[in-house]
Amino acid sequence: MSELLQFLLSGVTVGAVYALVALGFTIIYNASDVVNFAQGEFVMLGGMITFFLHAAGAPLPLAAVIAILATAAIGVAMNKLTIEPARGAPVVSLVIITIGVSILIRGAAQLIFDKQIHTYPAFSGDDPIHILGATILPQSLWVILGAVAVFIGLWLFFTRTLLGRAVLATSNNRLAAQLVGINTTFVMTLSFALSAGIGALAGVLVTPITMVSYDVGLALALKGFAAAMLGGMGNPKGALVGGLVLGLLEGLTAGYLSSQYKDAAAFIVILAVLFFMPQGLFGRKSTDRV
Amino acid sequence: MTLLSIEGLGISFGGIAAVKNVSFRVSPGEIVSVIGPNGAGKTTLFNMISGVYQPGSGKVVLNGEDVTAMSPHLLARRGMSRTFQNLQIFQTMSVLENTLAGYHLQESGPVLADLLNLPSSRRRARAAEEGARALLKRVGLERAAEREAGSLSYGSLKRLEIARAMALKPKVLLLDEPAAGCNAVETEEIDHLIAEIAASGVAILLVEHDMKMVMRISNHIVVLDHGEKIAEGDPATVSRDPAVIAAYLGAEHAAG
Repeated sequence: MSELLQFLLSGVTVGAVYALVALGFTIIYNASDVVNFAQGEFVMLGGMITFFLHAAGAPLPLAAVIAILATAAIGVAMNKLTIEPARGAPVVSLVIITIGVSILIRGAAQLIFDKQIHTYPAFSGDDPIHILGATILPQSLWVILGAVAVFIGLWLFFTRTLLGRAVLATSNNRLAAQLVGINTTFVMTLSFALSAGIGALAGVLVTPITMVSYDVGLALALKGFAAAMLGGMGNPKGALVGGLVLGLLEGLTAGYLSSQYKDAAAFIVILAVLFFMPQGLFGRKSTDRV
Repeated sequence: MTLLSIEGLGISFGGIAAVKNVSFRVSPGEIVSVIGPNGAGKTTLFNMISGVYQPGSGKVVLNGEDVTAMSPHLLARRGMSRTFQNLQIFQTMSVLENTLAGYHLQESGPVLADLLNLPSSRRRARAAEEGARALLKRVGLERAAEREAGSLSYGSLKRLEIARAMALKPKVLLLDEPAAGCNAVETEEIDHLIAEIAASGVAILLVEHDMKMVMRISNHIVVLDHGEKIAEGDPATVSRDPAVIAAYLGAEHAAG
């Protein structure tokens, strides 16, 4: 029993990270129909920039905030320099551009930072918290809290604010959105800033547990993509649930089978979703009429 | 008094001139129709005026300001609103939400107030919803308010697009074939609606194939053929113009 609980707790922690990555995918997909495969690099940048600022003497909270803002700025630059000039190109081309950008960021990180594996102290110490015979690290709670806070924040943003609804309107019909006075170029910029910032936050929170190096982004992007597909691409609730389900599957696979198989769980999920329910758990059906 | 002035507008696609040197003016409360045979360049002209295409030459002047090639969202902020022949609707949103989207510009308040759902923010939302429902009533869609827009008939979507365009409180409204695909009764309803909107002081620029409707409601008609303006004037003048008859019926009819 306590063994199962232990696997579930570690699954939820990992799942919260996937959920954050999947939320990043969701925001950009909603604004532009583009699946941004550089999403994992934003997570890596969050962790790396925080580590190096902290190592240079900045207090951890300050380093984290700067890392998130800097990554958001990199997201904006990515949109301005690579996606915006190619607007009007088929979505597949744009997706391939994002893969190119992810390779560029990874290469640049390797040069600018280094190839070592880094970590920094957990925010609230390393003493495990005991729950019914299982344990959880305080940092795991930070990760879960972060995912929940981001989800609630996004939910409020999209349902309550005019700007949030402008993003939804843009995703629904770009031209119609322009007609009612929505600046869709700004909406795109905002989406990249938000996605990159959320990715960086995930990196900041999870680095004390999983550590960070220049090449962690790719795996995270694939897992986050699997989570977003499972939940239904474009649906924030789907991203959250998809991330958690994927994390739990991984936790249980690692616990009961072998940790060597845990990555396979994610890819079996991608295949199963694509084969049997391409819309995902909460995906919307396409209702475009011609 | 001129509100919208089109000055020598032209555009070419792949070396072929789709619209050449077209000029005319629209005043508040006036209904100006652009007619012409299929492929005459009417929708292309509309797309240039509304910022969807960049004109190759000429100017669009709105309220004394040069707005040539300005993007649609900026034109919307300056009081130009339009509908599309092939509809641009938020398919998966409700009819009410589609109309509310038109209030986007007027409704805006501080983001923080919206996030916290403060009374001021709720008041703004309520006012916008009342306005949107009134507009839906005006176009006869009040009972469909909660339905998903994608499920409406073509004729209803046409009216929804007009309601959304009106929500922007435009000074000039561009309607691209508002009666296309509508039956006689629906066409007459749209007729009345357009006349009513014009009577409230909005300048209306109309592209329409239904000649009876055009002749009935227009103050002024601009005739295009092969991208060029071949005639303009009031409905009676235009319908007698030999060049217009030739364009529509072929040259041999014009002589007789």
